Amino acid sequence: MKLITAIIKPFKLDEVRESLSALGVQGMTVTEVKGYGRQKGHTEIYRGAEYAVSFLPKLKIEVAVKSELLSAVVDAISSKAKTGQIGDGKIFVTPLEQVVRIRTGETDGDAL
Amino acid sequence: MRIETLKKAGLAALAGVGTLAMSAGAAFAATAPVPDKGDTTWMLVSTILVLLMIVPGLALFYGGLVRTKNMLSILTQTLVITCIVMVVWALWGYSEAFTDGAGLNAYVGGFSKALLKGVDTATTVETFSRGVVIPEIVFVCFQMTFAAITTALVIGSFAERMKFSAICIFAVLWPTLVYFPIAHMVWWWPGPEFASTHPADATAAGAGMIWAWGALDFAGGTVVHINAGIAALVGALLCGKRLGYKQEPMAPHSLTLTMVGAALLWVGWFGFNAGSNLEANGYAGLAMLNTFLATAAAGVAWPAVEWILKGKPSLLGAASGVVAGLVAITPAAGFAGPMGAIVLGLVVSPICLFFVSVVKNKLGYDDSLDVFGVHCIGGIVGAIATGIVVNPALGGAGIVDYTAGGAAVYPGLVPQVISQLKGVATTIAWSGIGSLIVFGLIKVTIGLRVKEEVEREGLDIAEHGERAYNM
Repeated sequence: MKLITAIIKPFKLDEVRESLSALGVQGMTVTEVKGYGRQKGHTEIYRGAEYAVSFLPKLKIEVAVKSELLSAVVDAISSKAKTGQIGDGKIFVTPLEQVVRIRTGETDGDAL
Repeated sequence: MRIETLKKAGLAALAGVGTLAMSAGAAFAATAPVPDKGDTTWMLVSTILVLLMIVPGLALFYGGLVRTKNMLSILTQTLVITCIVMVVWALWGYSEAFTDGAGLNAYVGGFSKALLKGVDTATTVETFSRGVVIPEIVFVCFQMTFAAITTALVIGSFAERMKFSAICIFAVLWPTLVYFPIAHMVWWWPGPEFASTHPADATAAGAGMIWAWGALDFAGGTVVHINAGIAALVGALLCGKRLGYKQEPMAPHSLTLTMVGAALLWVGWFGFNAGSNLEANGYAGLAMLNTFLATAAAGVAWPAVEWILKGKPSLLGAASGVVAGLVAITPAAGFAGPMGAIVLGLVVSPICLFFVSVVKNKLGYDDSLDVFGVHCIGGIVGAIATGIVVNPALGGAGIVDYTAGGAAVYPGLVPQVISQLKGVATTIAWSGIGSLIVFGLIKVTIGLRVKEEVEREGLDIAEHGERAYNM
């Protein structure tokens, strides 16, 4: 099992969710986050005060999948979240040791 | 407030200013004039419009500009200052501003109407026309809101760092030492009936000093805006800069609320400016038209200059321009012609923008919400320009001689602008020194500033035990 953590542009969420649903992914966690990468930030000016805003709003999505689904899910996220512009985000993949569905006590593959 | 020209022994010049209106029209007239119901209604409505400017208008305009952790402190300060000043106004403020001060009459009124003694439903005050009066009680209410908003305006410069206890004391001392005397100097005049029946001393005619100089201030450019702006600068300097000023971002937490506040200020300002006419007539209409046009022109000019210089027109720029335009047209509201008002609006925005961006950054003072840069500078621009745009040759209304019921006159550019400058200089000096005394006294007694940890945590929780938003 793998845990996929992706940072994407907020307006791409629906497209990504639809494509993962189509692949049979049953759940996803979304968090509003701020961060920076190569895109850096921008400048905001309030009357005479200029502020460099280094952290931009992004969404972090977390999806746990069976290992065999990994490459399809990664492909789906990277194609749907892509605009070709700087700041499209990143996908991180980590091994997942254990999963438990709290309601039923099912574990691992059955819990996904 | 309106104006008058008083004739002094053949010298036709001198214009009085402002609001005026004195009581006891009945004492001088052979038959006591009766208030017109239309005038009275308009003044009742105007009074409530000025209240709308303060709460929620000014509170939201300022509140949106501070950080989330200090939003509630601004709302509380604005509301409580308003309440304190209203009580003080009834106890001694009205009497201090709008009665004869005997030996000190050039500077301040007396205490003959302290606790509103003698003010009842039968007493009236003269407006600017002979034989026209409004109920004195209505005038008391109308002017009460001016005292309240002027005091509340000051807090923007030291927002996010002054102790609430210091602000409460300020709300009692500052009007007493600064606002009431300046209101007296600029607006106190016993009225056209008195002036007509005391021709020998008509110019002085018991008026306050600045009025007697002929300085024009229709609705409070000097009394309200220059006055509050200077006090704000003094307060900011004595209080010191916010922790992290220039080092950490202090972006406005909600320009949405600032926009709502600016819009409410504009709506309420019709009571302020057109209400200052004291009568529901064509001059009130002129003040309304100018309050639309100068504001609109300034609201276009500010973001336009930003667009040219910085690449983007901003909402805060448009809202700041609207306020700057309102400030600038305040002294000229019933004097300028509509085209003069547009020019005034176009001119004031770039000047204020220059002060809040270039000058403030150069000098390094922390006027948090730009009270000095917008209200004082915009007020000075408006006060001086009033002496120019009032000229009938430029489409202005001229200075109407109500005493004689004659036509509009204009003493000439140089004499009128000099009168205006004298009014501005006196206001700056009185308010500067008076505010220094008030803030200085508070600083050496209970202190002006919150503790460092309070400032870091935010005034909302530390000073008031609440937050603006629980989300």
